[in-house]
Amino acid sequence: MAALNIKKGSTSHSAYDLRDFHSDVESSHTLAVLVDNEAGVLARVIGLFSGRGYNIDSLTVAEVDHKGHRSRITIVTRGTMAVIDQIKAQLGRIVPVHEVHDLTLEGQSVERELALFKVAATGEKRVESLRLADIFRANVVDSTLESFVFEITGTPEKIDAFAELMRPLGLVDVARTGVAALARGV
Amino acid sequence: MSRQMTGAEMVVQALKDQGVDTIFGYPGGAVLPIYDAIFQQNDIRHILVRHEQAAVHMAEGYARSTGKPGCVLVTSGPGATNAVTGLTDALLDSIPLVVFSGQVPTFMIGTDGFQEADTVGITRPCTKHNWLVKDTDKLSEIIHQGFHVATSGRPGPVLIDIPKDVQFATGTYTGPKTARVDHYQPRMKGDIEAITKLVELMETAERPVFYTGGGVINSGPAACQLMCELVDATGFPITSTLMGLGAYPASGKNWLGMLGMHGLYEANLAMHGCDLMINLGARFDDRITGRVADFSPNSTKVHVDIDASSINKVVTVNLPIIGDVGHVLEDVLKIWKSRGRKVNKAGLAQWWAQIAEWKAVNCLAYDNSGSTIKPQYALQRLQALTKDRDRYITTEVGQHQMWAAQFLGFEAPNRWMTSGGLGTMGYGFPASIGVQIAHPDALVINVAGEASWLMNMQEMGTATQFRAPVKQFILNNERLGMVRQWQQLLHGERYSHSWSESLPDFVKLAESFGWKGIRCSDPAELDAKIVEMLEYDGPVLFDCLVEKHENCFPMIPSGKPHNEMLLAADAEAFASGATLV
Repeated sequence: MAALNIKKGSTSHSAYDLRDFHSDVESSHTLAVLVDNEAGVLARVIGLFSGRGYNIDSLTVAEVDHKGHRSRITIVTRGTMAVIDQIKAQLGRIVPVHEVHDLTLEGQSVERELALFKVAATGEKRVESLRLADIFRANVVDSTLESFVFEITGTPEKIDAFAELMRPLGLVDVARTGVAALARGV
Repeated sequence: MSRQMTGAEMVVQALKDQGVDTIFGYPGGAVLPIYDAIFQQNDIRHILVRHEQAAVHMAEGYARSTGKPGCVLVTSGPGATNAVTGLTDALLDSIPLVVFSGQVPTFMIGTDGFQEADTVGITRPCTKHNWLVKDTDKLSEIIHQGFHVATSGRPGPVLIDIPKDVQFATGTYTGPKTARVDHYQPRMKGDIEAITKLVELMETAERPVFYTGGGVINSGPAACQLMCELVDATGFPITSTLMGLGAYPASGKNWLGMLGMHGLYEANLAMHGCDLMINLGARFDDRITGRVADFSPNSTKVHVDIDASSINKVVTVNLPIIGDVGHVLEDVLKIWKSRGRKVNKAGLAQWWAQIAEWKAVNCLAYDNSGSTIKPQYALQRLQALTKDRDRYITTEVGQHQMWAAQFLGFEAPNRWMTSGGLGTMGYGFPASIGVQIAHPDALVINVAGEASWLMNMQEMGTATQFRAPVKQFILNNERLGMVRQWQQLLHGERYSHSWSESLPDFVKLAESFGWKGIRCSDPAELDAKIVEMLEYDGPVLFDCLVEKHENCFPMIPSGKPHNEMLLAADAEAFASGATLV
C-alpha cells in the first residue's frame, strides 16, 4: 500500500475521495426551478439530489401557471461553490426543466415560510405563549382550553426563533411548509 | 397531416416517419399489439434477440456505427428490467437510443399485475428522459419528442412506456413535423469571445495537446474532419480517450495514441507536461485523470462540451466553451485562420522532441514467445491482417479491451464500439451483431475475453437466424484477466474467483449453432487461422488460447498521477494490499 501512498484522512479507499481541489467552505443556496408540471418531474429532481449525494434542506413545489402547466420548485441546498454549480448544471439538463435560478447569487430575494405550532400549556405559560405570538405576529388558528395552534409566516430564521421560544412553553407539534422565494424587483 | 389509427399502428408509423429501418426486440404479453402491427408491414425490420439486454447492446452497436438512433422494443416487467443494463451503458457513453416498453393496461397500473414493474421509475436515473404514455392521442407526439431528445445535445437513451390499452385504443396521429419539440433545444454555437481566447492560447502555447473524446464522434463525421484539419494545420499533438478512438486517424502524424489508465506513455506524459490542454468532447473520467490533485499541474485547461454539467465536474478548467464540438471547431478554424494561422513554432519543435523521447520508451513492448500466443501478439497479427479493410471492431470489457485499444489502429470514426463508461461485460458480442445488421457486407470483429463473451453467448442464435457473419475473436486466457491482474498486483496474489472454470468447447459450441469454430494455440499457426476466419462467409467463433498470466501495461494505478505510470518493467513497484476502484 505504501507504493500508492494514500493520504491519511481520505474517507475510504477510493480514488473519488482523494480530490481536494475545491474550497471546502459550504454555503446555503436557494434555487428556483421552473419545470413542466408533468408526472414524475419532482421524482427526477429529487432523484438527482439523492443519486448524486447532494443535500436538500428544504423543498417546496406547486403549480404556478395552470394554463402553461408550469410548476415552481424552490430548493434550499448546501454545498461548496463547486457542488452548487454542479447541482445547477445537473438540474439544467433535466428535459422538463425550463429555468434554474440561484436566488442567493442573483441579486436580492425574499424568502418566506409558513409554519403551524401546537403549544399545550395552561396558566402563566399559556399566557406567555400568547404574548410571544403577538410579538412575532403569529395568529391563533385553533384553540382549546389546553392548547393553541399558532400560524406564523416569515423567514426560516424567524420561525426557528419562534420555535425556540415555544419549546419551554409546551410545544408539542410543528408543521413547516419549507421555503418559498422570489427575486426582488423586476 | 393527422389521421386516426391505433396506438400500436402509431408506433410503427412514427418509426417509419423517423426513418427507422431496424428495431431490436423481444415480444411478450404487454407488447403484442405492437408486434401485430409489425407483422403487417415490411418497412421496418425486426431483429429477434434472445435476451433484452442484448437487444439494447445491439441497438447501441447499430447507433454507434451509423450515427443514427438505435431502436428497441421490449415487453413489460422482466423485458424492461432486462433492458436496464443496456440503458445505463448507453447513458454513460452518450449513445442515442429510443426504447419502447410495453406496460400493463392503465387501469391495472399499481395493482402488482402480472409482469408489472414501475418501468419509468426504474429507468428514470438510467435514461436521458422517459415517458409513461397514458393517452393514445399523445403517443405519436411523445415518440417524436423521444427521437428529438435522444439525438439532440448530448445524445442518450430515452424510454417510452406504453400500456397495452393505449396500444389498442384509437387516436389521432401527429407527424414529426407538427410534433412540439420546442423547449429542449441545446445550445450548439460556442461563445465567440471564449473561442477567440482559445485561439489566442493556441497561438502562444509551447506545449499544447488536444485531448479528445466521444463527443467528437457524436458530433458527427463533419466534426471529426474539422478536428483533423485543425490538428494537422496547427501541428499540435493529439491524444484521445477510449471513446474517441478513430476521430483522428491512428496513422496520422500527430497521433500519440490513447491516454488514461492503460494509455500510452507518451500520451499520458504529454497530458502531464503540457502547458495548454484542449479538451474536445471528453469528460475527465477518473480512468483518464488518475489523481485529480496532480492532474496536469501546469496547464491552462480548455474544455469544449455540449453538456454544461461536464464543465468543472471533476477538473476545474480555465476556459469552458459550451457548445457542439463541430460548431465550435468551425469557429476556431475560422478565427485562427483569419488571425494568420499563428503557432509557437520554436516551442512546438521542442515539445515534439520531448515527445519523441517518450515515444522511444516503446511502452507497448512485451516479451513475445515462440510457444504461447501472447494476447498482444494476437492483436498485432489481427491488425496486420485486417488494417487495409474497412473493418468494425467491438469489444467486451477487460484486458483484451485495453489491448485492442492499444494495438488496433482506427482510421475513421464509428468503427470502434466499446463499453467505456459503464464497463459492461457482455456488451461486445451483441453490439457486433447490431453493427453487422447495419452494415451487412462489412467485416465486423468482436475482440473478446472468454468470460465477458459468455455473458451474452445466447445471441449466437440471433446471429445465425439473421445471417450476421460476425467474427468473435476470443482471447481465451481462462481467467478474468483484469481482475486477476489487480489481484496479482494489489491483493497479494490471492486469486479470488477470477478463473474461468468449466468452459465450453468453443469449437463444438460454434458448430452446434451452425457457426464455424476455430481454435488456435500455436503462434506459428495464428496468421493462417486468422485468415481462415476472415475468409469464412458466416459467423466464426475463434478460440484463441493465449498466455494466461499476461498483464496489461502501461498502467496508472488508480489514484496515482499520470507521471507515475508503470511500465511492465517496474511492476514490482506495487505493494500488496487493498486499493482503489
